[in-house]
Amino acid sequence: MTELTNLGVKEIRDGVAGGDFTAREVAESFNAAVAAAAELNAFIVTTPDHALAAADAVDAKRAKGDDLGKMGGVPIGMKDLFATQGVQTTAASHILEGFKPQYESTVSQNLWDAGAGMLGKLNLDQFAMGSSNETSYFGNVSSPWRKAGTNAAMSPGGSSGGSSAAVAARIVPAATGTDTGGSIRQPAAFTGICGIKPTYGRCSRWGVVAFASSLDQAGPMARSVEDCAIMLEAMAGFDPKDSTSLDMPVPAWEAGLNADLKGKKVGIPREYRMDGTDQEILDSWERGKEWLRDAGAEIVDVSLPHTKYALPAYYIVAPAEASSNLARYDGVRYGLRELPDGAGLQDMYAETREAGFGDEVKRRIIIGTYVLSAGFYDAYYNQAQKVRTLVARDFNEAFAQCDVILAPTTPTASFPLGENSDDPLAMYLNDVFAVPASLAGLPAMSVPGMLNSDGLPLGLQLVGRPFDEQGVLNAGLAIQQRAGFTAQPEKWW
Amino acid sequence: MSIDRATVAKIASLARIQMSDEELDRMEPELNGILKWVEQLGEVDTSAVEPMTAVIPNTLRLRADVVDADPKTGGSRRDDVLANAPVAEHGFFGVPKVIE
Repeated sequence: MTELTNLGVKEIRDGVAGGDFTAREVAESFNAAVAAAAELNAFIVTTPDHALAAADAVDAKRAKGDDLGKMGGVPIGMKDLFATQGVQTTAASHILEGFKPQYESTVSQNLWDAGAGMLGKLNLDQFAMGSSNETSYFGNVSSPWRKAGTNAAMSPGGSSGGSSAAVAARIVPAATGTDTGGSIRQPAAFTGICGIKPTYGRCSRWGVVAFASSLDQAGPMARSVEDCAIMLEAMAGFDPKDSTSLDMPVPAWEAGLNADLKGKKVGIPREYRMDGTDQEILDSWERGKEWLRDAGAEIVDVSLPHTKYALPAYYIVAPAEASSNLARYDGVRYGLRELPDGAGLQDMYAETREAGFGDEVKRRIIIGTYVLSAGFYDAYYNQAQKVRTLVARDFNEAFAQCDVILAPTTPTASFPLGENSDDPLAMYLNDVFAVPASLAGLPAMSVPGMLNSDGLPLGLQLVGRPFDEQGVLNAGLAIQQRAGFTAQPEKWW
Repeated sequence: MSIDRATVAKIASLARIQMSDEELDRMEPELNGILKWVEQLGEVDTSAVEPMTAVIPNTLRLRADVVDADPKTGGSRRDDVLANAPVAEHGFFGVPKVIE
């Protein structure tokens, strides 16, 4: 019998529906794989009973001949940024340790309604702030990949590093991620999997721990473009509880998949060819162009002149929003409380936040507080929001000449844990290619392109017009079919 | 513009984060490094540009004028609201005394 943990979303859904195996058998196989992979530290808590209960419900429905749902029988990993009723939700922070939401996030509820089950809550960078999964209070996540000839623990990327590691290690068929400035795409690229951030507003933010509300978007991470299309369909949808939710029908992305790109134009942004970019990254970009040309697309040069300013603008806007969003952690309503003897209310706030937040979170709150403070607001925050307008305008003008943009996802492959953790700025630069699409709210996807000479995966990024997830998925599918990326990490855990 | 240690301490206090001397020492150069880097935004001419307010054009909706239209976000959830409080007493959040 096929090893069930080798199957993806589509294969599991179709196999359960067709009676090749039961949903319970699938859930049991993945529960066992999760339990055997503790060394990756991909999960903060595991929820095998949730996966089994969801599987039994799907098997019962099948026995009655009912519809099994878009994700019927597929167990997934849930990034621990989504509130899950009765299951600890921490955002990988000490300040939320032990927090058990009394409600379910809209995205996770949508997935359960579609027949999915939960294998556990996945580790991440604390409050989704990080690019290497080294800022979690619950420890680093190790990528299942290793550089050829070494045993050093490698970064799975961040912030959705538990998600990327778990999908790449085949201990989950798919996982949720969230992307504020690359947190789905960069970890997907580092681990040789696919991940899509949809247009801002496609997935409800209700019940997702807030980092930077104007940028945060949820999306799926899986091993194929088809699996991402299926799962995104299940996650997305209008939600009146999120004021920025898009009141639009969810397109049938899976049914609309088409890798024939005849008549399509693919834009190559010249400003993404930056000094110091790894030659192998540039080579993979060239191959991406060839694959898309082979699929029938015309390759055109486009310009995104404000690219170099996108990252610094992001590092004003995101911390500003974070400093405001994270003001809610005060030791009063939920989470940690530090109350030294004789301390008053103000001391309780300050002590709680000192003990509860990690260094990177503190750094960003401080930056955010500073750039929003009287006297500096115009010079920093307002200027960054104006630059953001220019970044979005650049894309708008580029999309007058092309249908989708192709770029590398990251400037380098994965690096060893610890290599960049002493230098916040060096870490931020990892998101240089991912952040512009975030600032403009555009759908963007990473698909695996090839392995570099160290045997580590490199990702290619596709960015589309607002609401054109289909165009992004189709170009991703064209690359997937031609790249023939079947490499898997060798099991060491 | 660079910020000194006293300014870092002031911001930390505004953000209600207690910081030890050692943390302030570490934070000061890190913050200055980041601020120096973001200041390159000053090179961009934005004199004719409006700051972004909505990344995808959208209009804010009004909810239906119905009490408890959505039971999840309506009222009568006191026990749920208090369920995770570090201290909950008599149906309220408990905090240290704030009035002398």
